Amino acid sequence: MTVANISVSETPLVLYTLRRADDALILGHRLSEWCGHAPMLEEDMALANMGLDLLGQARELYSYAAKVEGRGNDEDKFAYLRDVRQYRNLLLLEQPNGDFARTMVRQFFYASFADLYWRAMMRSTDATLAAIAAKSEKESAYHVRHSSEWIVRLGDGTEESHRRAQSAIDELWAFTGEMFSVDDSERALIDAGIAIDPAPLRSQWLKTITGVADEATLALPTNDWMQQGGRSGRHSEHLGHLLSELQSMPRTFPGATW
Amino acid sequence: MYTQALNSSDGEERHIEDAERAAQFQARIDAEERIEPNDWMPAAYRKTLTRQISQHAHSEIVGMLPEGNWITRAPSLRRKAALLAKVQDECGHGLYLYAAAETLGSSREELVDLMLAGKAKYSSIFNYPTLTWADIGTIGWLVDGAAIMNQIPLCRCSYGPYARAMIRVCKEESFHQRQGFEIMLTLCRGTDEQKAMAQDALNRWWWPVLMMFGPPDQVSQHSDTSTKWKIKRFSNDELRQKFVDATVPQAQFLGLSIPDPGMKQNEAGNWEYSAIDWEEFKQVLAGNGPCNRDRLAARRKAHDDGAWVREAAVAYAEKRRQRSTLQAAE
Repeated sequence: MTVANISVSETPLVLYTLRRADDALILGHRLSEWCGHAPMLEEDMALANMGLDLLGQARELYSYAAKVEGRGNDEDKFAYLRDVRQYRNLLLLEQPNGDFARTMVRQFFYASFADLYWRAMMRSTDATLAAIAAKSEKESAYHVRHSSEWIVRLGDGTEESHRRAQSAIDELWAFTGEMFSVDDSERALIDAGIAIDPAPLRSQWLKTITGVADEATLALPTNDWMQQGGRSGRHSEHLGHLLSELQSMPRTFPGATW
Repeated sequence: MYTQALNSSDGEERHIEDAERAAQFQARIDAEERIEPNDWMPAAYRKTLTRQISQHAHSEIVGMLPEGNWITRAPSLRRKAALLAKVQDECGHGLYLYAAAETLGSSREELVDLMLAGKAKYSSIFNYPTLTWADIGTIGWLVDGAAIMNQIPLCRCSYGPYARAMIRVCKEESFHQRQGFEIMLTLCRGTDEQKAMAQDALNRWWWPVLMMFGPPDQVSQHSDTSTKWKIKRFSNDELRQKFVDATVPQAQFLGLSIPDPGMKQNEAGNWEYSAIDWEEFKQVLAGNGPCNRDRLAARRKAHDDGAWVREAAVAYAEKRRQRSTLQAAE
């Protein structure tokens, strides 16, 4: 890489905002990888649609982080000039697309969380975050609907689709705990009413997941072990490859405007 | 899933085209009336349109691949979102066009199968590779620009569903064309490396884009009947000339040179271009372009990898239908 990483002053609000921005960018990027390769044209459209929603959320959040940080960074510097250790997204969202079942289960797990999360965040005392939350909640609600319909079709479809959907649930389950955990930096924002505590959302999330899994004749794992680390930059090996592709242009052509 | 509802007309014998009906049909065309799906039409008209509309649909879908190649590497978030939205639009165009083709009695599934089997064509331009970011700008500027030249007249095509689909497609394409030009403008106002990237892309795409209008008028196979049926309103060479005349000043504005040193403006103001290498066109059409194999392989892979998903959706719909029948019986 010929272009240096930016340095980021991760005050609690900057860090908080970057975490959500990274979530949206990384999942949006993953969905965009499907474009032109989906199982049917309708899904090419839908996956691109969800990807675009998430890219839009990422851009708003990055711009807000840049404004709060006030050190001359912008959406593109945050996206293109931080390395793996500086990224703050959930591990779940960087997991490779795998087959269509894996992509839909990842989407379903995250969207069901994001929908609850953003709805609660509409009460944030931070007006910008509350506004982003209001827009993101509407989008997440559609993502939940779309992905949950697929979970049911796949789970209750053919033997093969059932097997693939079950295996996706089993593989991704351990990454769901991270959505509900909070560190000291975020705790301060929760106490100030700027962020909300995700932990109490877990029971409602589990209710949604269980309801859909039941209808889909799929089983949720009983294994409680949860993998964490994305929020503090300890990622899976997959993220580095995603970033090397995502960042290749600005890293190759320093200082160019596109 | 793919609709099968309109397949019924496919197997019907359509040979009873008495002279009177054919004459009435031609009179309607001559009077600029639109032909609608349930109207009588000559079998050859149906066949020509099915071929043209489905090839157009395949082109939109295969065309997602060269541009899709840059979605994950777009150089800024704004460009990334715009490109993803653009490729999604192409997919939408493919969907309208398959729907328009279905009104003539062939299902999307049948048409797609023909393409995957290599028996139906798509626009040869998509058999060229996108090597740099400037190719994305060039495709928008020139490929979409050429497509618009071809498609604007199709908004007045005699077949109603095709004409109506084209109106929407053209609106979106002209947005894409402006977006592509804006990418080029940004590159041409950028660093020396960016300008060189833009020139290199123009050098590679110029001649293939001119070939998009099809063979010269003297050898064009389908033109006469298509013109009579008002599917086609301008000849290949007329459209090509119109495109060149519109594009030269745009290239000048960008500060790029068109890779045709012999090009000159005649007294009428038209830009006269050098001879096109039709051997290259023939080769690409015959499957020997730089990306023919990759494009088909990518579409086949998506189709094959997605088979279990489509089967699952059908199986689930069938289970639901059975359950609701059972419930109704109770």
